[in-house]
Amino acid sequence: MTIAIQPNIDKALLPILETVSDPEIPVLTVLDLGVIREAIELEGIVQIKLTPTYSGCPAMDVIGDDLAKAFSEIGKETNIQLVLAPAWTTDWISKAGKLKMEAYGIAAPLEETADKDALLGNAKIIKCTNCGSTNTHLVSQFGSTACKALFKCDDCQEPFDYFKCLK
Amino acid sequence: MKNENLYNYILGIADNSLILGQRLGELCGHGPNLETDIALTNISLDLFGQTRSYYQYAAQISGGGKTEDDIAFLRMERQYKNVLLVEQPNAHFGFVLGRQFLFDVYHLLLMEKLQSSSDETLVAIAKKTIKEVSYHERFSSDWVKRLGDGTDESNKKMQEAIDGLWPYTDELFQLTEADRIMVSDGIGVDVSKLKKDYLKRVSEILKEATLKIPESKYFQKGGKEGIHSEHMGYLLADLQYMQRSYPNMKW
Ligand SMILES: [Zn+2]
Repeated sequence: MTIAIQPNIDKALLPILETVSDPEIPVLTVLDLGVIREAIELEGIVQIKLTPTYSGCPAMDVIGDDLAKAFSEIGKETNIQLVLAPAWTTDWISKAGKLKMEAYGIAAPLEETADKDALLGNAKIIKCTNCGSTNTHLVSQFGSTACKALFKCDDCQEPFDYFKCLK
Repeated sequence: MKNENLYNYILGIADNSLILGQRLGELCGHGPNLETDIALTNISLDLFGQTRSYYQYAAQISGGGKTEDDIAFLRMERQYKNVLLVEQPNAHFGFVLGRQFLFDVYHLLLMEKLQSSSDETLVAIAKKTIKEVSYHERFSSDWVKRLGDGTDESNKKMQEAIDGLWPYTDELFQLTEADRIMVSDGIGVDVSKLKKDYLKRVSEILKEATLKIPESKYFQKGGKEGIHSEHMGYLLADLQYMQRSYPNMKW
């Protein structure tokens, strides 16, 4: 298991950061998602380092704009920087975030080996977010966004998303 | 430009992602079924995302107020350094998957090695990219196996695609002037050394797919030096249309 590198976030900024969510999975805040790598205030300007989940993730531009807006509403200027290293991993999604994701109808990412087995169709281990059955099958390795795969439950017949493991 | 070799080296990698991303983007709404349509455009989006990281870096090196968009949209055909393989048309689904597979295997090997570059930014991009490319490679090799080891018809079409695309594979391993200089500076990857592992991996998958490994010894080249196939002009016309018609437009 890799140990998540702790982000450097000033506690005083948390209440504002918590109000900004992922536009594609609105139940997750940017903190749940683990994309804020640094948030500190320097000489009256909020300095934020943001890391993308996937390179082409269109949500990143929106998240940047939303952060700037949230801070400007309390009269604070921001300097938002996109950083690539260290590369984001699904390990950085918080425990609370994973629970919210499940409740929203997206199965949370499994560990690397289990993820590979599931996406190669070798093992029926992804739990249906509707009925909890693991009698599910992979429909497509790519879903509605780059971070998700598409599954279908063979018990309740509902289709659902699975958030792919990224390490 | 002070770092012209590094600039050219970055474009040599990035242009492959841009042009392949554009080809896959053409399939948006035209995939054989909804799931593959979405998968191929997701791969396209990953490739464009990677391209942006490279071009932003290249623009910074180039200086003079150049932006990532200038590099993507305002060059002439001869200034694009992508290999001929990625500009080949979508023809039929076998070609789309065959092209993806033959590129993904190379792309994955390249990103593995680029992680040991002495250039910090390239290392960061490679570490980000490799995670995405391993999903791409899994997807395309899975489909090559499925179609190769499928019906007589799908096997025939998949073989036709592999045979048709094979002459474009050798160019992947040729070194350009910028490659040579960047390799000796410890920044670039010596792609000629990837060939052995590439052929091994490709052969394994083709064998599993009950497909024949082409024996042709005749290979095409030129893309890396800007000499492209007849398909490239049409592709660029599509890609550049908006920026040429409405200069400096933004979304
Ligand atoms: Zn179910």
